[in-house]
Amino acid sequence: MVDASSAAAQPDATAAPGGGRFAIRAHVLSADDLRRAHTRIAHEIVERNHGAGEVVLLGLYTRGVAIAQRLAAAIKEFEGEDVPVGALDVAFYRDDISLRPVQPLGPTEVPVDITGRTAVIVDDVLFTGRTVRAALDAINALGRPRAVQLAVLVDRGHRELPIRADYVGKNLPTKIAEDVRVRLVETDDTTDDGIELWGPA
Amino acid sequence: MMKNLLSIDDLDRTALDELLTLSEDFLHVTEREIPKVPALQGKVVVSLFYEDSTRTRISFETAAKRLSCDVMSFSVGSSSVNKGEGLRDTVQTIAAMGIDAVVVRHSAAGAPARVASWIDASIINAGDGSHEHPTQALLDLLTLRRARGPELDGLRVGIVGDIVNSRVARSLVLGLDKVGANTTLIAPPTLLPTVLDGWRASVTHDLDDVLPELDALYLLRIQRERKSANRLPRLSEYSARWGLTVERAARLKPDTLVMHPGPMNRGVEIAAEVAEGPASLITEQVTNGVAVRMAVLYSLLSSGARVA
Repeated sequence: MVDASSAAAQPDATAAPGGGRFAIRAHVLSADDLRRAHTRIAHEIVERNHGAGEVVLLGLYTRGVAIAQRLAAAIKEFEGEDVPVGALDVAFYRDDISLRPVQPLGPTEVPVDITGRTAVIVDDVLFTGRTVRAALDAINALGRPRAVQLAVLVDRGHRELPIRADYVGKNLPTKIAEDVRVRLVETDDTTDDGIELWGPA
Repeated sequence: MMKNLLSIDDLDRTALDELLTLSEDFLHVTEREIPKVPALQGKVVVSLFYEDSTRTRISFETAAKRLSCDVMSFSVGSSSVNKGEGLRDTVQTIAAMGIDAVVVRHSAAGAPARVASWIDASIINAGDGSHEHPTQALLDLLTLRRARGPELDGLRVGIVGDIVNSRVARSLVLGLDKVGANTTLIAPPTLLPTVLDGWRASVTHDLDDVLPELDALYLLRIQRERKSANRLPRLSEYSARWGLTVERAARLKPDTLVMHPGPMNRGVEIAAEVAEGPASLITEQVTNGVAVRMAVLYSLLSSGARVA
């Protein structure tokens, strides 16, 4: 969950947040594209950190957790190393709790002490940056990593905070009213992965 | 969206389930190394206790602090109440300082509802006379749910003791009925309300009769301050017939859960060995209480979170 509008619109593919109708504008990434993006990001993480030994992947609920597990599986395949994967719920760290309903999405579970490690935050879509800011606070409460990095499948722009991603599957210029919808077999009711751009019809 | 929690009846079944699920989320938070989140930063919670309390007051204050609220504590003993200030003036004075929630305990039934009619802040009933104690019922339901799974439908729960004076029993009976459990009230006639219409529970005077069938046995405190002892010939007779002694505990089903809202009169309503035995969930109840109160504060004070 990266931005309120896409999360709110996700369950019903035709209802727009404003009440109008939404339609597909573009197929952004296919299942094969996503597989390649995962593999590339996994390689980049290992390359940038000179190995995977000190890395811990922290997926943000819901899809970030699944993506983090895919990245860990890819690293295991080519590097032979088990990278610990944690799941982070940032609900109680958000800055919009007083503006809209914010409910937790799952329990925060981090299997290792993150202090001294390189923590890689993993999420599906980077939008305003507010979820990532909340994640940085959540990480603070867990320990003091040596460094924190950010991996996302899609960077759709429109940042409201000085945050940028270290690893990006696809840079996708969007309009603010558009909606980036990510489908993953682990988290969504779907038989194949895919990312589409939706907009007002 | 709900503003106050005055009675367990303020919650419909869906809201109750959501609140218990949220409580489990907060239970995870309380198990972390830093059991504190910034969710309600800047909110001010006042605990206004006109009656003695250790666990409820500390539990609410801990819950508020773990959500990063600022907590102001009002003690009758050191306040202007001793100069004759009435409840309404006290409450309006506190409200004028700019606050978001008041946790009220009072010996008069309905006092929290009155307070809610005077000021804009959210009011949480932390026990009003013999009327209700909704967060106690919520933490008891959470404790049962964690021990037995989310489906409490058909669970047989016996509540033993001073039913007539007990706000805990009143809220718990309502809560158990909402989740579909079957409640039996067990007490000597002098400790039962004279009119039992509207109580969604069956009634018996004989604990030994129902003992082997119960899935959970909930013991109420003999409340000396509400003179429940005056309704009994002798405390030792109460223990002999309605107390959970070691011998009686042995006749419970092996998986029957034993609960008590505290504070306990060891050797009166429950034997010390039973209170500390493996079937006892009394410590879990206290732990769950903080998580439930975090969920209540979060639901009332964070905008939009649906409670009812």
